Amino acid sequence: MSLMVANFALVERKLKNVKGRKIEAEPFKAPVVKRPTGRALDTIWGWRRENGRVGVRNHVLILPLDDLSNAASEAVANNVKGTLAIPHAYGRLQFGADLDLHFRTLIGTGSNPNVAAVVVIGIEDQWTKIIVDGIAKTGKPVVGFGIEGHGDIATIAKASYVAKEFMQWASELPREKCPITDLWVSTKCGESDTTTGLSSCPTVGAMYDKLIPRGIYGVFGETSEITGAEHLCKERAATKAVGERWYKMWKAYQDDVIEAHKTNDLSDSQPTKGNIAGGLTTIEEKALGNLEKIGRECRYIDILEPAEAPAKGPGLYFMDTSSAAAECVTLMAAGGYVIHTFPTGQGNVIGNPIVPVIKISGNPKTIRTMPEHIDLDVSGILMRTMTIPQAGDALIESIVRTANGRLTASEALGHREFSMTKLYRSA
Amino acid sequence: MGAPHLLVHEKKDTVGVVVVEGLKAGTDMLAVVTHDNSDFRIAAKQDIPIGHKVALKDIKKGETIWKYGQDIGIAKADIKKGEHAHVHNIKTKRW
Repeated sequence: MSLMVANFALVERKLKNVKGRKIEAEPFKAPVVKRPTGRALDTIWGWRRENGRVGVRNHVLILPLDDLSNAASEAVANNVKGTLAIPHAYGRLQFGADLDLHFRTLIGTGSNPNVAAVVVIGIEDQWTKIIVDGIAKTGKPVVGFGIEGHGDIATIAKASYVAKEFMQWASELPREKCPITDLWVSTKCGESDTTTGLSSCPTVGAMYDKLIPRGIYGVFGETSEITGAEHLCKERAATKAVGERWYKMWKAYQDDVIEAHKTNDLSDSQPTKGNIAGGLTTIEEKALGNLEKIGRECRYIDILEPAEAPAKGPGLYFMDTSSAAAECVTLMAAGGYVIHTFPTGQGNVIGNPIVPVIKISGNPKTIRTMPEHIDLDVSGILMRTMTIPQAGDALIESIVRTANGRLTASEALGHREFSMTKLYRSA
Repeated sequence: MGAPHLLVHEKKDTVGVVVVEGLKAGTDMLAVVTHDNSDFRIAAKQDIPIGHKVALKDIKKGETIWKYGQDIGIAKADIKKGEHAHVHNIKTKRW
């Protein structure tokens, strides 16, 4: 016991020292970087892929089909510098709609234009081939390896040779000038509080109100967190028929999931403890703030299954997703979106392995206590020194800079949350 | 006009959001309605953390709470004008 106390005191002293150093440290005086302004905000420098889609990152993915193949995938990524393994928890004995979603998520992730080439590793050949064939439709380089009958070591060796070829090839691909309208930009907020509904969510809304009419693809989701604003969300569909389909989807979630599995009080989970600490009291209040992300003018034109790619042309879409940050962003990335805008109040730290996540906050306390996680400070909205349209323009600048190569806070800090959505228990 | 202490979404709302840190009881708050930029003053009856809500009028138990011009729940106790309005005196009507 005394040892524990002694160690705890040591840790505390160390933390104090860290804090002390932080305060005393000279602020980094960055050399002036020319920021895009005016017409430079109409274009981005990205990679146009074989299928015509534009990516803003150039990853070579080592993609495990299943949990069992994580170790080999990570070994390959360790052998070949610059490649990226994205381990995950599932992929065995799934069936039906749950297996379809698993495949769609992996194929979509590999197909995302932020990915230049993919090495798929699975425990066996047949399901591995399904992922390889799905990604190959984009025209990008992709190969697969099954572990059974060979073992990890031989598989790692073979996969590493290919990964090295892919990596060297990808590293030579130049960025090219593309119109900003080629971007697919997703949104989902997290660790919300009352400031998100006042500032950071309307900032995303102002961005969509400007860029959607110009021809970008947008998407919002979080089915459970529209609860309380479902009457407003239904009205924001482009047509009555789409609105009816949306409402049916939302109601099915309420009946099949919430009503079927709720305990005595869902308020214990929605809003979350973090939301409540930030001042949000009810799910209705949270939902109304959440819906500010789609602005004043935009109307969604279609409803996507989780991880489904939009197919009705440019515009705003709704994707039926969980409201959990990593699950939702993973599904939107698998749908083909290349940049994510993420409003946060209390300070969600999420990132994604292939999609840069831009954090926007208007909460002055969060910006003071967690500055390393925030890409865009819109607290001026609360102080009435910044208007919402001005914040929207600042976000567009942030999107262009991120597309051109600036790392987001979550990329710089190594946040690579890749979380599969599971519909039900495996067989 | 200086920086507001309190922001209110819509005229119809019966609660507003504290947007400054360390708000003390007795503060004569400047409140701004973001919808039309109108403003008014209201006294805080309690210390209220940033992001938390203040009742803009006397609210009786059982009355609907309005924010964004929308129904966000029900008062589960009487709330006096200027008091802290949160999970201890408001709840959803759903669950």
